Amino acid sequence: MDMRDVYCETLMEMAAADDRIVLLEADLMNATGTKPFRAAYPDRTFNVGVSEADMVGTAAGLSAAGKIPFAASFGCFASRRVYDQFFLSANYARLNVNLVGTDPGVTALFNGGTHMTFEDAGIMRNIPELRILEPSDETSLRKLLPRIAAWPQSVYLRLHRKGGWKYYDENESFEIGKGKLIRQGHDVTLVCFGMVMLQEALKAADELHKHGIDAEVIDALTLKPLDRDLVLASARRTGAVVTCENHNIHNGLGSAVAEALAEEGVPARLSRIGCQDKFGEVGKLDYLMEAFGLSAPHIVKAARGLVSRTHAA
Amino acid sequence: MTATVDLTDKARQIRKMTLDTIGYLGVGHIGGSLSVVDMLTVLYYKQMNIDPKNPRMEGRDWFVMSKGHAGPALYCILADLGFFPEDWLRTLNVGGTSLPSHCDRVRTPGIDMSTGSLGQGLSAAVGIALAQRLDGRDNWVYACIGDGESQEGQNWEAAMTAAHFGTDRLIAFTDFNKMQIDGYTKDVMGLEKLEEKWASFNWHVQRIDGHDLEAIDTAVETAKKVTGRPHMIIMDTLKGKGAEFAEHNLGNHNMVFDYDTARQAIEALDNGYGSREAG
Repeated sequence: MDMRDVYCETLMEMAAADDRIVLLEADLMNATGTKPFRAAYPDRTFNVGVSEADMVGTAAGLSAAGKIPFAASFGCFASRRVYDQFFLSANYARLNVNLVGTDPGVTALFNGGTHMTFEDAGIMRNIPELRILEPSDETSLRKLLPRIAAWPQSVYLRLHRKGGWKYYDENESFEIGKGKLIRQGHDVTLVCFGMVMLQEALKAADELHKHGIDAEVIDALTLKPLDRDLVLASARRTGAVVTCENHNIHNGLGSAVAEALAEEGVPARLSRIGCQDKFGEVGKLDYLMEAFGLSAPHIVKAARGLVSRTHAA
Repeated sequence: MTATVDLTDKARQIRKMTLDTIGYLGVGHIGGSLSVVDMLTVLYYKQMNIDPKNPRMEGRDWFVMSKGHAGPALYCILADLGFFPEDWLRTLNVGGTSLPSHCDRVRTPGIDMSTGSLGQGLSAAVGIALAQRLDGRDNWVYACIGDGESQEGQNWEAAMTAAHFGTDRLIAFTDFNKMQIDGYTKDVMGLEKLEEKWASFNWHVQRIDGHDLEAIDTAVETAKKVTGRPHMIIMDTLKGKGAEFAEHNLGNHNMVFDYDTARQAIEALDNGYGSREAG
């Protein structure tokens, strides 16, 4: 099931139980896959056309008057385009605006560098009190959406749009601010954020095992606030951390983990897999994963490098 | 409010309080605060259904001060109505205050929306109006934007959204005081023909003297009778209205003046300065 369909289906379930749930779009309903929501709840659907700033401001007004808005656009527009509106009208005003940026990072594919959002989570990290999440599979998305609606303040959600993957069991529970330790190991910690990076990290862990390296894998799920306890406990065990993000290494997961390690004085080596401060470009996913150094072999290489240095030291 | 107060006296009182509040601090947005006093007086003392003891009362009327820097004028009214103690006015912009320069729904009882980055309030007002309609309410949502603020593109996005969704319980005002920070609006970035702009966005438009209390009240009553479209009441105003030192002074946007200057302006108002009778 496409992640966007999980998004729409779950919002419809939530809307059935709670008439405060409203949907906003800015001429990307086809892309976000939310037309079934509009068919079911036409009065609670507001497509404002190509005006993302107004979408966020309107959502803030709806929230001020007691509604729980979910507003979506491509991540580039849902972050860069609306930063001031989201900052002031939603977050500074302490309102519950749930802003969804779709097609994170390389998943923008043929939309290319103009749309390839490697910076959204990074700029959003500078908004106080904001929660930033990227569910990594269908179950985590389905389970986190009600948590996001219930959270009284704003949330930025990175949403993988096309394609789906079911990694977690239906009985798994999720909380904002909590990551998941999904594979235990003692040589190196792979911390990842988002679906494509979790998939690559798991492949990398299998490959590392063949080289006699036991990798621990953490699915961060929430970037802000980072689940520091989980990450630091693992880093203390392994002494080596590779962060894996479909985002610029600046001010994303890699930065958050580096800050945590440094501030808590955890003696662990760190390598950051992610976009190395470059603009995006067009291409198929395989090409882009290679071009930006995100695929499993890059993670393996980084992890082996850290482990050899750790052992040498 | 249904209280029967003399609106002319009340507007004069609010101007005096605004001068006192900003003058006590010694600096502030006096020009754009004074230009909206008459509109605020009509709304808060005659038109709006609000409860100072229950600022977030369900079914109340809402007001979004999109030109958030006019907060001080609104604070004086909220204090006068009892939303918070009047002595709070002396804390304007003092560290830890509940009354910051720009309107803040979290800090100040009676403020319905946080504003201050120009261009954002109208979208929020549209969202509030949509929510009221979803809840089946027939209350009113008011908003005020500045003339300089009207240069922000988001207003025109909100204008389309409001008209598209037919938010006819939204009554917005433009404080057309003809000045902005860098000079006269006509020189910085001309706005005319402003009525035609709003009309072409499918709004119900009126243009009035923004210092004529009766005209403001009549315009609101007229707006309430027109269905299917949002309402824009363009008010021709004078930035700094009622304080001679500020009127016609291009530096009146965020102005330094001492308390003696404020006291003299207050005394002049007591002596009839700027009253319609005095011409």
